[in-house]
Amino acid sequence: MTTLRKGGTFNLAPAPESIKVEIKPRYGHFIGGAFVEPRKAKRSADAAAAPSHFTTFNPATERPLAEIAHASAADVDAAVAAARAAQPLWAALPAKERGKHLFRIARRIQERARELAILETMDCGKPIKESRDVDLPLVAAHFFYHAGWADKLAFAFAGRTPRPVGVCAQVIPWNFPLMMAAWKIAPALACGNTVVLKPAETTPLTALRLAEIFEEVGLPKGVVNIVTGDGSTGAALVGHAGVDKVAFTGSTEVGKRIAKTLADEVAAGTRAAPKRLTLELGGKSPHIIFEDASIDQAVEGIIGGIFFNQGEVCCAGSRLFVQESILDRVIAKLEHRMASLRVGDPLDKNTDVGAINSGAQLERIEHYISVGQSEGARLHQPVSSWKKPGKGHWCAPCFFTGVQPSHTIAREEIFGPVLSVMSFRTPEEAITRANNTPYGLSAGIWTDKGSKVFEIARKLKAGVVWCNTFNKFDPASPFGGFKESGFGREGGMHGLRGYVEVSS
Amino acid sequence: MRPRSRKAAPPTARTFTEEDTMPNRLDIAKTYKLFVNGAFPRSESGRTTLVSTPKGEPIAHVAKASRKDLREAVEAARGALAKWSEGTTAYNRAQILYRVAEMMEGKRGEFVEALASVGPDAAAGGARAKGVKKGATKGLRPEDEVSLAIDRAVHFAGWADKHAQVLGCCNPVAGPFYTFTSPEPVGVVAVVSPRTPALLAMVSLMAPALAAANTCVVLASEQNPLLGALLGEVLATSDVPPGVVNVLTCDHAEVLPIIAGHRDIDGVHGAGLPAAHAAILHGGAAENVKRVTIRTPAPDWASDAACEHPGWIEPLVEFKTIWHPASA
Repeated sequence: MTTLRKGGTFNLAPAPESIKVEIKPRYGHFIGGAFVEPRKAKRSADAAAAPSHFTTFNPATERPLAEIAHASAADVDAAVAAARAAQPLWAALPAKERGKHLFRIARRIQERARELAILETMDCGKPIKESRDVDLPLVAAHFFYHAGWADKLAFAFAGRTPRPVGVCAQVIPWNFPLMMAAWKIAPALACGNTVVLKPAETTPLTALRLAEIFEEVGLPKGVVNIVTGDGSTGAALVGHAGVDKVAFTGSTEVGKRIAKTLADEVAAGTRAAPKRLTLELGGKSPHIIFEDASIDQAVEGIIGGIFFNQGEVCCAGSRLFVQESILDRVIAKLEHRMASLRVGDPLDKNTDVGAINSGAQLERIEHYISVGQSEGARLHQPVSSWKKPGKGHWCAPCFFTGVQPSHTIAREEIFGPVLSVMSFRTPEEAITRANNTPYGLSAGIWTDKGSKVFEIARKLKAGVVWCNTFNKFDPASPFGGFKESGFGREGGMHGLRGYVEVSS
Repeated sequence: MRPRSRKAAPPTARTFTEEDTMPNRLDIAKTYKLFVNGAFPRSESGRTTLVSTPKGEPIAHVAKASRKDLREAVEAARGALAKWSEGTTAYNRAQILYRVAEMMEGKRGEFVEALASVGPDAAAGGARAKGVKKGATKGLRPEDEVSLAIDRAVHFAGWADKHAQVLGCCNPVAGPFYTFTSPEPVGVVAVVSPRTPALLAMVSLMAPALAAANTCVVLASEQNPLLGALLGEVLATSDVPPGVVNVLTCDHAEVLPIIAGHRDIDGVHGAGLPAAHAAILHGGAAENVKRVTIRTPAPDWASDAACEHPGWIEPLVEFKTIWHPASA
């Protein structure tokens, strides 16, 4: 595949990642420590409705990568049963031993990082530069960080005694497939829980590769089980009676549906108290630049904030608020900087923006772009020399000016490389407009004035506030949202809370 | 506390016998009203509920809040949030909450009388409300319940300027950044009191919400709403800014669905509720991703170990993580 160039000043030769990664033609579920074939659906009607396998594609080439098992209710049953059986044994292990298992996993991930990064890029569409330099280091770090917590949990909950929740159902999205698996599995295991994980339908390969690592390093059977499938598999897992805790990362719409399912279980009298729930949902995060900011640094922050991972990031800085006096300068610099972004082959080491994860997602993004134009905003897509290849799902990075707060593109999560630029006059106006959203996942502030940083940070209703930086992640730092962006935190000391019951 | 030597029976539980059909002096009976935005309105609906002794003798009529009263209370709580959470310091809030305890002490007699008149086990029709598991709290005497409630308010007053230290932290991230996580109030919290213990449970659920700088709409116990009305009177004289706490006496089944679906309520804090009520409230998470905490089964309210720890504040805060580069 040819590398796509976009009007930049440099023409770099293609530098594709050369390592070949072995992918099996077909994958089963990982249940009870082994890969198993999907169970046959009991009734023929079910079998017709849900075939036993589906295909996962490379979004950059639209070529099939592998056949993936589609979990039926029976598969989910088996996975929950395996997790249930393993849980008391796992929790009874000396905590330090649990930690040692996690340390081993972290090490093996580091050793196989290159292979995992390539596989991630192939299945997901993200640039290899990002999977190699961001995703994989964070995946390993997440296991390493939580490994150390396993025998120190009592110190994390002042005056209270933590104990495991039990069996955790974890449903994760396609934008950071392996990183989300790590964010979910590592704290759950450190706290003595067992797991049934359902990766996203379009990106199951790295989670299944992680299962191979679990086998390889001798993680006890049943401690982590992985079932693959679509939303119906996720719903079966979340609603399973053998599950004690649900952790979901994905859209606000599905998150609310899960919350409703759990409330209905209480209404039906199935449970006295609902299953424990943590939700990490959508966002429409504001990014505020004041006139006293270092503008070049801020522009880099904006670019990374919205175009990192093709903008398919729940905390993407998708609403940019620029102080009026510097609006023209910022727009000019944005256009200039965007012209040198390289869109194209995700496996090319020079690529900045890769492929959109699926045709469906691309359609969604394109829909929003056309709505933005029809509602009266002006589209900027500084992509003079960019030629869209015949195959694959592509969207050139873009931004809109002339955006009103009432515009659809200023209110709804697009989950793509589309930025809405708006202006403001006073800090108060910036705060009010930034907070004027049902979401509250992240926010960005750029100003060189320290006291202003902290005043604005305090007033923004968001779970993560990046000041003079953006899109920074670390296993030691809690991540999660206010308002309709969900509840519970992942990472850091606060992330442990979602995986323990505490008693006084 | 004012001595009440003249009467054998407390005034709120007063029933008339032949001797006193023509008393020398007529007692002034209290009108029990709602407490919203620092004022004492009647329900806009004009409705009241009759509160009776276990034997069915009438004690008083209390206001029966409507859905509209609830909405007004939420509006008041929302309006007061910025002033309470940002306009006062944590030290300030601690002192105001301590002042609440002081004023409760001053109202001890009335609290005791109100608790004694309705009694601990007088559920609707004498039967235990459907779906409520028997709690761990055993035979609490009214005097003891009041003492525990006051002491609980004192306990949480002291948390107001400490929970951020106990629940927050610096995060040692792998890079040149200064990164820290601190708790902020969830926002407007609906406090849903169980039927009993009417005062102690209400205070135990409300005080941590206030300590964490939230504003509240409190639904008083359905069994003994008198305590809610009295708590409003305490709050009105405690330097708590108007709207920070709003107390409603109401039919829970009527109001809870509105709470669950209300997009301007951020959190719910309850305990020992009937399963049907709990289910309605949990449905609120599906409406606007509310933070719903319903302690099931109810804790032993008399136990300090069970009811006085940061776990009571934790679900009523939002954790915000702030990053800043630490390189020049």
